[in-house]
Amino acid sequence: MELLSGADMIARFLQDEGVEHIYGYPGGAVLHIYDALFRQDKVKHILVRHEQAAVHMADGYARATGKAGVVLVTSGPGATNTVTGIATAFMDSIPMVVLCGQVPSALIGEDAFQETDMIGVSRPVVKHNLTVRHPEEIPVILKKAFYIASTGRPGPVVVDIPKDMTTPNERWKYEYPKKVKLRSYSPAMRGHSGQIKKAADMLLAAKRPVIYAGGGVILGRASDKLIELARMLNFPVTNTLMGLGCYPATDRQSLGMLGMHGSYEANMVMHHADLILAVGARFDDRVTNAVDKFCPGARIVHIDIDPASISKTVEVDVPIVGPVDSVLKEMIALIKESKEEVDAEALASWWAQIDEWKAFHGGRYVTDDTEKIKPQQVIEALYRVTGGDAYVTSDVGQHQMFAAQYYKFDKPNRWINSGGLGTMGFGLPAAMGIKLNFPDEEVVCVTGEGSIQMNIQELSTCSQYNLPLKIVNINNQSLGMVRQWQDMNYESRHAQSYMKSLPDFIKLAEAYGHVGLKVERLEDLEPALKKAFAMKDKLVFLDIYVDPYEHVYPMQIARGSMKDMWLSKNERT
Amino acid sequence: MRRIISVLLENEPGALSRVVGLFSQRNYNIETLTVAATEDPTLSRMTVTTRGSDKVIEQITKQLNKLIEVVKLVDLTDGAHIERELMLIKVKASGAQRDEIKRTTDIFRGQVVDVTGSVYTVQLTGDSDKLDAFIQAIGTACVLEVVRTGVSGIARGEKVLSI
Repeated sequence: MELLSGADMIARFLQDEGVEHIYGYPGGAVLHIYDALFRQDKVKHILVRHEQAAVHMADGYARATGKAGVVLVTSGPGATNTVTGIATAFMDSIPMVVLCGQVPSALIGEDAFQETDMIGVSRPVVKHNLTVRHPEEIPVILKKAFYIASTGRPGPVVVDIPKDMTTPNERWKYEYPKKVKLRSYSPAMRGHSGQIKKAADMLLAAKRPVIYAGGGVILGRASDKLIELARMLNFPVTNTLMGLGCYPATDRQSLGMLGMHGSYEANMVMHHADLILAVGARFDDRVTNAVDKFCPGARIVHIDIDPASISKTVEVDVPIVGPVDSVLKEMIALIKESKEEVDAEALASWWAQIDEWKAFHGGRYVTDDTEKIKPQQVIEALYRVTGGDAYVTSDVGQHQMFAAQYYKFDKPNRWINSGGLGTMGFGLPAAMGIKLNFPDEEVVCVTGEGSIQMNIQELSTCSQYNLPLKIVNINNQSLGMVRQWQDMNYESRHAQSYMKSLPDFIKLAEAYGHVGLKVERLEDLEPALKKAFAMKDKLVFLDIYVDPYEHVYPMQIARGSMKDMWLSKNERT
Repeated sequence: MRRIISVLLENEPGALSRVVGLFSQRNYNIETLTVAATEDPTLSRMTVTTRGSDKVIEQITKQLNKLIEVVKLVDLTDGAHIERELMLIKVKASGAQRDEIKRTTDIFRGQVVDVTGSVYTVQLTGDSDKLDAFIQAIGTACVLEVVRTGVSGIARGEKVLSI
């Protein structure tokens, strides 16, 4: 057995755990760890320009791969700067391990320089957090952190490491723990067979069914099973914002996204359904609209790994707690061997109704003003130019909704956005984390001129590590979603939703060593995108000026049911 | 409805603050909370009394169960159970009042555990209602100080909460 310092143990553990990249920023409390990282070359450290970006980079990597992202920051401000990133990962159940330095144990509680109680600060936004109290514990604590972060319902885990735990002149026995066991933590490994049987019978008896699939299908790697089940039963499928891609959007049975800005057909189908199969989704308020008016005629089957997600907002009839993958597998087998069959006649008339709804709206938007580019057109052009196969990250606001509506994701893990927390500034660093790990894939950050400025300093990191991603800045010269709400609810009093003195993004991109392209006319849109994607080894910042008055539709009407929607500025259901 | 939730949790620094944090973070209410190590020094036993609809109570137990340090928990109010709370209460006891307080203390099976010329300190155990009733019986006007431990609970019969 080897003797290693605490700092060397951390570096060695990360190697043994198979971690390739960690994202972070050095500082006093983690200098021993940075020195240990310097003396090895397996784990590569990516230096960001602000710690929040380090967390989003790790997050982007985790969302694209399903593996835990790893962050290293110093105590105090280094740690507090990660909080927004950690909360972002927490809300979307993203596996992540955040290593935070801490002042030496003897100084804790004395308001020492750069001291923050990171365990206390992070508590409400982590799956768990751990403190190292003795250097010998480091391997087991880190293993616990990875284990907790990536099993069950995944989430971020913070490890607080006082500086004296990593001191180079004390050495301790190191052994990589292959496994850890916690008596107080045992995520469900399979669903209850009786419940699955009950659910299967209900599916077969349904006349107006719908599958409502969320991010849990992607996190639980159950896309294939979901597709198999849906095709076998000929049921329509709608995805949450987090679930986009887990069922192919271009498939005939896909209804697109549901909820506040969901498609007309998805919300209509949900409202009129007699059976909802919710898979890895959590009945978020951005999906349900008013809970008391939610899908009045539907019985609900809910599959989720987290028992606390069951009947939290909407009461369900048949809960199944377990990994979506194994539950769906069991369900498929039961349906295959069942003597019952789906009610083909009822389904045929249900599909006839659905096709009518699809034809009625179909994601239309007004294009009569030929002068200005519509934001929807930008996404549609992006979809065509990338062949629908890019990793697309987004920030938060109108551009996020347009991307979710008009980029048809056919694969899971390709649509990367902050759904739960709604974190502006997420898109660029998330795209960086993906591009770094998938250098041969197209990675696009769809953003707006508000969001991009929240982490624009990371253009510098992109130069340092040569990350030739593409930034599609949908520039409407206003905080579009805020403005839309002000138009709809505050008689167009645009309080603080307009930014004067926007920077010249082209010059800014160039200042960081990248390429900038400005697009103002529709005819230039697709050629500019093609030109940008042809520059394989360059980060290209496309600053695309769009109609500033455009709204996102459909939009559910507050306190209504799922079917109550604005369909355009002057048309409602 | 009032509920008594009994929790076994890892006896580790920070575990208690996680439970308390959960209650405030999710807008649940805590009426009383007691915690101490068990015969196994690696485990603490916590008793929380709370109020809420069935839906809220279900969420409380699920969210508590999700905390990594929570090993096991039970809602004692689901079955027959015993609850006890201890109160130390300092009351004005002079003149005619002095005998009356002693009599009331006896009726409630409390003990006078400290005495001065004008003050009694009374110790009383029982369920929370009994302690409330005692305070009401002697009248709040003569109460100088009240210290209550909060509720401890255990299931009746052979049911045991252990790992």
